[in-house]
Amino acid sequence: MMNAKLTASTLAILAASATVAVARDQVQVAGSSTVLPYASIVAEAFGENFDFPTPVVESGGSSAGLKRFCEGVGENTIDIANSSRKIREGEVEACAAAGVTDIIEVRIGYDGIVFASQIDGPEFTAFTPDQWYKAMAGEVMVDGALTANPYTKWSEIDASLPDAEIMAFIPGTKHGTREVFEEKVLLAGCEASGAMEAMVASGVTEDDAEDKCMSVRTDGRSVDIDGDYTETLARIDANPNGVGVFGLAFYENNQDKLKVATMGGIEPTVETISTGNYPVSRPLYFYIKAAHLGVIPGLKEYAQFFVADEIAGPDGPLAEYGLVSDPELSGTQAIIENEETMASGS
Amino acid sequence: MTDMTAGAAPVRGTLVADAHTRKRNASEKRFRLYGAIAVSLAVIALVFLLTSIVRNGAGAFMQTYISLDVTLDAAKLDKSGNRNPVEMAKVTTFGYAPLIKDAMASTIAANGIEIEGLDKPEDLISKEASAQMRDVVLANPELVGETRRFEFVADGRIDGYYKGRVTMQSAERDSNVTPAQLRFADALKEAGLLETRFNWNFITWPDASENRPEVSGLGVAILGSFYMMLIVLGLALPIGVAASIYLEEFAPRNRLTDLIEVNISNLAAVPSIVFGILGLAIFINFVGLPQSAPIVGGLVLTLMTLPTIIITTRASLTAVPPSIREAALGVGASKMQTVFHHVLPLAGPGIMTGTIIGLAQALGETAPLLLIGMVAFVREYPSAPPEGFFEPATALPVQVFNWTQRADPAFIERASGAIIVLLVFLFIMNAIAVVLRRRFERRW
Repeated sequence: MMNAKLTASTLAILAASATVAVARDQVQVAGSSTVLPYASIVAEAFGENFDFPTPVVESGGSSAGLKRFCEGVGENTIDIANSSRKIREGEVEACAAAGVTDIIEVRIGYDGIVFASQIDGPEFTAFTPDQWYKAMAGEVMVDGALTANPYTKWSEIDASLPDAEIMAFIPGTKHGTREVFEEKVLLAGCEASGAMEAMVASGVTEDDAEDKCMSVRTDGRSVDIDGDYTETLARIDANPNGVGVFGLAFYENNQDKLKVATMGGIEPTVETISTGNYPVSRPLYFYIKAAHLGVIPGLKEYAQFFVADEIAGPDGPLAEYGLVSDPELSGTQAIIENEETMASGS
Repeated sequence: MTDMTAGAAPVRGTLVADAHTRKRNASEKRFRLYGAIAVSLAVIALVFLLTSIVRNGAGAFMQTYISLDVTLDAAKLDKSGNRNPVEMAKVTTFGYAPLIKDAMASTIAANGIEIEGLDKPEDLISKEASAQMRDVVLANPELVGETRRFEFVADGRIDGYYKGRVTMQSAERDSNVTPAQLRFADALKEAGLLETRFNWNFITWPDASENRPEVSGLGVAILGSFYMMLIVLGLALPIGVAASIYLEEFAPRNRLTDLIEVNISNLAAVPSIVFGILGLAIFINFVGLPQSAPIVGGLVLTLMTLPTIIITTRASLTAVPPSIREAALGVGASKMQTVFHHVLPLAGPGIMTGTIIGLAQALGETAPLLLIGMVAFVREYPSAPPEGFFEPATALPVQVFNWTQRADPAFIERASGAIIVLLVFLFIMNAIAVVLRRRFERRW
């Protein structure tokens, strides 16, 4: 009852104040925490160079951002969702159900995912996906049968690796990075090591075998980090044997504390990632609500500015921060120029 | 007298401490010791916390600045040559960056600085510099073509060098800064062009992107927190006090009021994130208030603070002795006159103390703000109230949360600095509460 009374009086005040609310004149962005640094760099430069106010950028994760993006059309919904993965079918449907039918997909570049350890720790300098698979899998094939992962030291997997306890800090399941790690490292390693084939041969269906390849051991040697890379860094700082999964940009900002390992013999650099030689990378996107174009001032200009050569190009501030610029940037620029929505564009 | 008794020491009085008394005295001593241990543990924890925060965060209040003579080259900034600000605005901040490069080259030549292996000396200056120059030039187009001395903020790594965060060793490993650049910074310092001094901008400037930790500040966050506190004060105090007076002085005692009482105590213990969910559902989705705005934050925090205010207000109303009420009623005052002329003024200090403590609690709250979009990168200052209530802003604890997530180590220092600012505000508020209680509270 008390609640009802309080809420009623608050609502009365609100009803009075809601009429005061002015039309929104700044772009609102939400989504992936991986894209957040890039989006804030662009927002800052956009505010400096245009007469429009600086866009407001929130983080919270790709899925959360896309969910809010799909809440509907109108001034109290966001205009752009940042995402570190492609929008899913289900999300497009959810969007359409809420009236968000025209979505423009913009790929801003690529993000490299690197494997790094304490700079003065053991010599983790070269990894291959199958080594990671063997170190991380919950169950591995031993003599034709699935058994709990027996490896406790890296050197047991491969003599070239240091004689150090296996201790890995990998992104938690809510991160988009985890998906990339599972697909491009664990699954690839599983296939490369022949474990996948052996599982299928022993009578496991292909889908189950894939799931087994990507399931991570739960005996404490692999730790899910649900926070951000700063947490992974803190864990590595405290644990000399730890190996962590980071974004390239984060590593580049903390080179005095971390050393990076090659993956399959290829060092992660902007060049190797943009050519696709380095295996673990993913595209980064943002999605524009086409219905808001022309309604929210500065929305199109912000999107155009984001993918302009001077920003997202190889010499721009985004690349300087660690984004691997997209070789097909001009195509993306044309998409925004012509306001091609996902259905009409592809 | 005391001297005499002290002199007559041999007679200790009639009381002879028997075993039971000794036991009681000993247990009292033990209890005092436990108390002292508890207090000292708390003090040690506090000192540890404060020193680690101050040690990490003190650097945020200092900032390194570099002075440069920049030639505002007309060929680069005003190609048409007619000093028209509208045309000059087409030159973006990227067009201003080469000026710094040139200015660095001429500074090196003018001061005869020779550093082996020095590459990209312009990296010593914050990326903010080109925006700073562009603002000055667009405001004063007649400056184009002249050479003018600018004072720029130094890059975060250079700044870190003078705060001990960056060393020659770490610079060797770091691709963002080279030892040669650090030596160059030292040379500039000798030439009197570089200085480290108190950083007011940390309090006044807005947040900055990850490329420019050195120019990030708390301006928007402090304004946002202040606006929210205004809203909380303006709503929670009248509603809370009115509700408590009604419940305490007028409402009949029955099951219904008992139920209300239980609910209020319950609400006070509800995790704050729940209020955020409520705020998102009601204020943003149902009422349609804007996201990231202090009005929504303020309303959510009002809901959160109300139980605290109601509980403390009721406690201070009950503390007013019934004799006051009876005396007032006895001379013919109405119930309402009794409450407003006699009870409320006496309960005032207690109500104020409770309100301030509630506000302090609300000031440090982050969780409910997560859901209503206030955990965001906001660079524009909100305008003055009432419009400002509806414009995006962040809050102090949110800024701490944001900065701890960023990659550049300079932001860790900023986050600790922001904690210090937050603690200072909390300290001031709590000190006011204590002073109010001490000075105005009446005891019966």
